[in-house]
Amino acid sequence: MRNSKLSSLEEAIRRSGLRDGMTISFHHHFRGGDKVVNMVVDKLAQMGFKDLKLAASSLSDVHAPLIEHIKNGVITGISTSGLRGELANAISHGLMAEPVVFRSHGGRGSAIASGELHIDVAFLGASSSDELGNACGFSRSENAKSICGSLGYALPDARYADHVVVITDDLVAYPNMPMSISAADVESVVVVDSVGDSSKISAGAIRDSKNPRDILLAKQAAKVVINSGLFEDGFSIQTGTGGASLAVVKYIRESMLQKGIKASFALGGITAHMVKLHEEGLIGKLIDVQSFDKVAAESIKNDPFHQEVSAVEYASGMHKGSAVHALDIVILSALEVDVDFNVNVLVGSDGIIRGAIGGHQDTAADSALSIIVCPLLRGRIPCIVPKVTTLITPGSTIDVVVTEYGIAVNPGRPEVAERLRLAGLKVVDIHDLAAKATSIIGTPDPLPFGDRVVGIVMNRDGSVLDKIHIIR
Amino acid sequence: MMFVPGNNPGMMADAHIYGPDSIMLDLEDSVTMAEKDAARLLVYNALKSIDYGSTEMVVRINPLSTPYGRKDVEAVVKAGVDVVRMPKTETADEVRELEAEILKVEEEIGCPGRTQIMAAIESALGVVNAYEIATASKRMMGIALGAEDYSANLKTQRTPGGAELLLARETIVVAARAAGIACFDTVYSNLDDMDTFRAEVQLIKTLGFDGKSIINPRQIEVVNEVFTPTEKEILKARTIIAAIRDAQAKGSGVVSVNGKMVDRPVVIRAERTIALAVAAGIIDKEEMI
Repeated sequence: MRNSKLSSLEEAIRRSGLRDGMTISFHHHFRGGDKVVNMVVDKLAQMGFKDLKLAASSLSDVHAPLIEHIKNGVITGISTSGLRGELANAISHGLMAEPVVFRSHGGRGSAIASGELHIDVAFLGASSSDELGNACGFSRSENAKSICGSLGYALPDARYADHVVVITDDLVAYPNMPMSISAADVESVVVVDSVGDSSKISAGAIRDSKNPRDILLAKQAAKVVINSGLFEDGFSIQTGTGGASLAVVKYIRESMLQKGIKASFALGGITAHMVKLHEEGLIGKLIDVQSFDKVAAESIKNDPFHQEVSAVEYASGMHKGSAVHALDIVILSALEVDVDFNVNVLVGSDGIIRGAIGGHQDTAADSALSIIVCPLLRGRIPCIVPKVTTLITPGSTIDVVVTEYGIAVNPGRPEVAERLRLAGLKVVDIHDLAAKATSIIGTPDPLPFGDRVVGIVMNRDGSVLDKIHIIR
Repeated sequence: MMFVPGNNPGMMADAHIYGPDSIMLDLEDSVTMAEKDAARLLVYNALKSIDYGSTEMVVRINPLSTPYGRKDVEAVVKAGVDVVRMPKTETADEVRELEAEILKVEEEIGCPGRTQIMAAIESALGVVNAYEIATASKRMMGIALGAEDYSANLKTQRTPGGAELLLARETIVVAARAAGIACFDTVYSNLDDMDTFRAEVQLIKTLGFDGKSIINPRQIEVVNEVFTPTEKEILKARTIIAAIRDAQAKGSGVVSVNGKMVDRPVVIRAERTIALAVAAGIIDKEEMI
């Protein structure tokens, strides 16, 4: 067609004006199946680029090949929401001279919009695009190869990056509308065989957890929600995707049906469970920054009341209106919670990075009630501790911590504690929970951290919350 | 009563959080020969160091006829277990042998008479001797059916309806009631078939059992649902108890409630309903009238 933006990857990179030292960006909607990051960075290395700064919305196990590119000086800086697997392990042990910068999803959106995180060239994978760059996280064509649903984390990159390259494995006829990424923001379109392994992009049907501990935690968390004072017609909710968080939805659903209560919206990472409630009429609208499974991805493609939003619209603390500002209840998980209600979701109790901030800081800060679901112990690892290994979400933003040994309520929310007590729930002092954990497994040896800083944890407002030190 | 393998520290550490009435740490069938000593040490330390709250703690020991049985008794009695469960009990003499063994250890540590005994009946001979077993010792707190070994011994197998267990179940309930102790039904091991499990729990409740043995926390909810009296049952029980108290105050032993005569057995049933409701935590002790 006239004005086609089609080109090869190499040509698109050349046209972008990318130079050594610049910042490139990626999204993580293809999750564990992502092929875009490795494909592009391999090409950049081949073309001789050095000293590039990689700004990803998140990185995972599948990005282990970046280790070689870091060793060879192609990538010298990383900012991301999370790190997992071999790459996280290597970085925790000092792979990079420059510390990795960790931001929440809302924090990243704000930083990109404000220019604090300036992106020179964004490489954005899409499940479909036309020749001008109207792109989606799904495809309406018969040749669809992949589906990830919402492209919410890619939208700030598309809007604010100097140069945008859309990479797709399904080139469709113009116009690919309604679209997620608009051709108005796109400079080049590159067609490849595959943007990702679809079996790892989105899981099929979610099975309900049969883990008795998850079920116990979920039932307790559901009771907290139901007795929180916020559980009334028109309430709104966000949950994570862990076994316990998913099961919470199931128990809340039962209570919604019993009491005739409907939610106005569900937010965040949307799952099949939320889609089911929406389709049953129990949740009015779905606000989706990331579709967690195939059912959610199909729903966003077909249902006009399942709305895609950007990371800024989802969770920015700096903008005029983001969805978290309207959120009543969020249910989150944690690796560790300390006696000041501070939460760590990023660094394991072995000192190795193994998680992601995600929307944790954003939703905890802006929701009316934030509930952490966290077992007291994971095997021999205590999860309610005197002090978190790394501070990710400040305790002042956390209201309730649900464990299998009781429910701790932030002393700043006495009215919540009172409501839960009246409902017959076991409300305990968080210090007693930490003491209980210690009584069962003792005090772990201090972690062998060194002096060098390998990671910086940003708060969503752009301030520094904590530093992650090298682990020996 | 939830069964927990005595060689699994993770399960032992948090079994009580699911709220079973009692926990049975197992040293017998779930522990292989090679792990008997290690499991005994684990169970000893679990009883000594984990705060199980008000949960009744039971340990199933190996039979005294094996090289492990006496060592098991010594360890768990020293650790302060509430109840020793003897497997494969066939005669009253076996109970008395265990009692003597327990007393020996208790005297050594200076607290004679503290430990109770539960006998598992798992053979035809055990069923035939059920009443003698139930009355063999004043430490006897209950008898329980072990259906796997029992059905093998009968030369049959377990079926969903449980026809093969009917005589044993009824005999055990009758023996326990005659002896004035508790009785517990056997486990149901298919965790994916909650419907059959629920039907079995309903059956054993009807037969008169005090409780069900379970192997997974997911089964607790079903047992509690079946055994917890309904609001209607509680209301009826309260009305009966109130009426009989009123009558007693007036010097009469018999009253009628809603046109039906209320006599002693009806009152006893009503009191049991209220006791179950209190145990299930749906009414307070103070509310017992």
